[in-house]
Amino acid sequence: MNDIFLLQHYWWFLVSLLGALLVFLMFVQGGQSLIWTLGRTEEHRRMLLLATGRKWELTFTTLVTFGGAFFASFPLFYSTSFGGAYWVWTLILLCFVLQAVSYEFQLRRSNLLGMNTYRVFLFLNGVLGPLLIGTAVGAFFTGAEFVVDKLAVTNPAMPVISRWANPLHGLEAALVPQNLLLGLSVFLLTRLLACLYFLGCMADAALRETCRCRLWMEGAFFLLFFLTWLGYWLTSTGMGYMLDGLVYPVQHKYLNNLLDMPGVAGVLLVGVVLVLAGLVQGLRGWRKAFWLAGPGSVLVVLALLLCAGWNHTAYYPSVVDEQSSLTIANSSSSLFTLRTMTVVSFFIPFVLAYIAWAWRALDKKPITPDEVE
Amino acid sequence: MDAIDSSLVDWSRAQFALTAMYHWIFVPLTLGLGVIMAIMETLYVRTGREFWKQTAKFWMKLFGINFAMGVATGIILEFEFGTNWSNYSWFVGDIFGAPLAIEGIVAFFMESTFIAIMYFGWNKVGKGAHLASTWLTIIGATLSAWWILVANAWMQYPVGMEFNPDTVRNEMVDFAAVALSPVAVVKFCHTVTSSWVLGAMFVVGVSCWYLLRGRHTDFAKASIRVACWFGLVAALLTAHTGHQSGRDIALHQPMKLAAAEGLYEGGTSQGLVLGGVLTPGVDWAAPTEQNRFLFQVEMPCALSFLATHELDGYVPGIRNLLEGGYPLLAGGVVLSAGEKMQRGRTAIAALATYRTSRDAAEKQVALKTLRANFDCFGYGYLKSPAELVPNVPLTFYSFRIMVMLGGYFIALFAGLLLLGKYIMRWKWALLLIVLTTPLAWLASQAGWVVAEVGRQPWAIQGLLPNVAAISRLDVGSVQTTFFIFLGLFTLLLVAEVSIMACAIATGPETDNTAA
Ligand code: HEM
Repeated sequence: MNDIFLLQHYWWFLVSLLGALLVFLMFVQGGQSLIWTLGRTEEHRRMLLLATGRKWELTFTTLVTFGGAFFASFPLFYSTSFGGAYWVWTLILLCFVLQAVSYEFQLRRSNLLGMNTYRVFLFLNGVLGPLLIGTAVGAFFTGAEFVVDKLAVTNPAMPVISRWANPLHGLEAALVPQNLLLGLSVFLLTRLLACLYFLGCMADAALRETCRCRLWMEGAFFLLFFLTWLGYWLTSTGMGYMLDGLVYPVQHKYLNNLLDMPGVAGVLLVGVVLVLAGLVQGLRGWRKAFWLAGPGSVLVVLALLLCAGWNHTAYYPSVVDEQSSLTIANSSSSLFTLRTMTVVSFFIPFVLAYIAWAWRALDKKPITPDEVE
Repeated sequence: MDAIDSSLVDWSRAQFALTAMYHWIFVPLTLGLGVIMAIMETLYVRTGREFWKQTAKFWMKLFGINFAMGVATGIILEFEFGTNWSNYSWFVGDIFGAPLAIEGIVAFFMESTFIAIMYFGWNKVGKGAHLASTWLTIIGATLSAWWILVANAWMQYPVGMEFNPDTVRNEMVDFAAVALSPVAVVKFCHTVTSSWVLGAMFVVGVSCWYLLRGRHTDFAKASIRVACWFGLVAALLTAHTGHQSGRDIALHQPMKLAAAEGLYEGGTSQGLVLGGVLTPGVDWAAPTEQNRFLFQVEMPCALSFLATHELDGYVPGIRNLLEGGYPLLAGGVVLSAGEKMQRGRTAIAALATYRTSRDAAEKQVALKTLRANFDCFGYGYLKSPAELVPNVPLTFYSFRIMVMLGGYFIALFAGLLLLGKYIMRWKWALLLIVLTTPLAWLASQAGWVVAEVGRQPWAIQGLLPNVAAISRLDVGSVQTTFFIFLGLFTLLLVAEVSIMACAIATGPETDNTAA
């Protein structure tokens, strides 16, 4: 064990934690995808959008910080995946661009496209955001088609080190059933969380009841897709690597990871239990159920991502050239940069503290119909 | 695809330029208007007068409309380093990623958390907490500018890193050198103060429109007063920091300075071109019999003074920079572009040997050669010295537009402060101010054109040319995304302007409150 080894693990933990928080905060997207399902009247739709409208920037910032932290700690992923899976990432970004303007523009006069267009934008972001992010993350387990050759830098005619081997540039990830299953699971999870969030923050009993009833459907489908994906995942073959960096396939790699890292397995278990408890309590109408399922989903995603990168696992396997697979060891920043960034990471608790303060300040009182006037 | 298609480089650049320029329509207004509205809210808290609250709220409304567009266009930029400049992301990601991550952790969260309080918290938190949230929103935005400008300054003047041949990338060895680079400090100060100028111009422009219409006159006069003081200080600081930026580029990017000045043949006691017209169609990378200026007005020796702080200091022109051979102040003689390219190729070949050879002795020799020639590494990717010359007319005219407008803004703010009583009665003057408000954006965009076009062909000055920085994509994909962004951003911009115009037409709710 040495410094770089520890720091690579620490940063993989932080990136995973940011990813997990992102999935949790995408309840905002879940809410957007349900505007018309839950909001049967204009007043209800406005209340729903007011609730998520106070939070969307937090989700957005988490996405941006997730990108920045990934870049700073594992730059080879940034350059390989973003430059290669061009279309998937571009589509994800585009649907977030639409979101960023829509909350502000939808209710303004002279907004050119009309209120409903912006709401359609929000809906699109709500559906495509989680679906595509989930699908893209699916590739952490199923792999992607790329080659990394650092020697290319010495070829002035073609010095680019990362090459994508599929002309669809990332869209092919959506053709892999496991990825799609994960995408759908994330999508449904965000909707489930949104229902629970609304249940907690709406003063209107009728709207709360609609949200509660909706939980059945979202919860059932979420469990169906997620458990199927989990089955695949536990039995799938992953890539491991030796101390010298050699990458090789390992049967049941992720199951082994859980057995080798009981702490992570525990986190996964607690996470699943909390999500289920949140769902059940939500169905029973408990207004704080969001605070069970939300942290639960953070723990589940955290554990899954830790399994992707820890325990000598290649977190971004290449299916066309095993040795190009990205691991936290071969794709990380230098020891110096990781150390520097580690000092910066000590700010995170402080950031979390003021976010918590702001969250409480705004959510202290439930949202009432006259607030949307 | 075995060789990089040059149109891929062009389209990747075009896309980055497009998204960056769109982003820069909104960011300076956020930075400038943000401070002004925070000052107004401070006045409200200190005086307790409803008038200032309504004034602050009105500018906040416009701030919010603009802010949304800044966020929307900004996310693309961050990820574009990966999607379109993937080689860059690996080659210098070890240094460049850190400011981006810190920007997220330290600045963006502050901005996005407190902006929610600023908009939704009027009746939910106390006056003091609300004011603090407004200031923290704008401090967060300004801090984020700090970190992204650290990243940009590092590309203009790379410091604090070392090349590691085992990982084939540059690695950070001195964080303080990167984060507190003097170029970053100057860049930050110039960018932020110039954004304050833009914010002040916006407030003055909108307020003059009300005066012209005879509406909300108390509000307009009060806003003009605050914005003019703020704008005047900002414009003077902008001129000062702009001067320092000029000195920075003289020291670290002499080719940019030569392009901005249209200086082909350098020498001692060089004059500064105050204004002039370049002869169209001249090749700036080769000698010519033609005069390069149709006409020019020069301030004698001023360029030498700016660059070296001596009236008879030596300033190299484009030709001198390509041909080398002139002495450096620090000692030694500058290499020609051809020699640098040769050394760059030697460095690249040595890296290849180092990576592939199994013979330890041979590896050691290769490593020594690489280190001895690494300062010219990036030149090894260039095909001809002519590539080292940026677009001179674009840089030259942009520079002049920016500086001249800087003078105009100083005169305008000072004039309004001194003679406001009269000016506010002259309809033609008010109309002129309204019509010239967009010039603040022109100046600001022109500034970035100088900074970014002037440093071509480098993604990172002297270290990595664009051609070696890109992602391996087909041109068609980049063209498609270029037009998607162009269409989408234009549509959203039109919507934003329309919403903004409507909000301005509606006006503030100050009329029932005493000024
Ligand atoms: C008043 C005299 C001014 C001078 C002498 C001046 C000088 C400069 C110089 C030399 C640069 C290039 C810096 C580099 O490449 O690193 C620059 C960039 C820039 N300027 Fe100015 N400028 C002036 C006024 C303005 C005004 C009025 C604005 C906008 C309202 C402005 C906005 C910018 C921006 C946004 C940049 C790009 C960022 C940067 O490189 O700092 N400048 N300016």
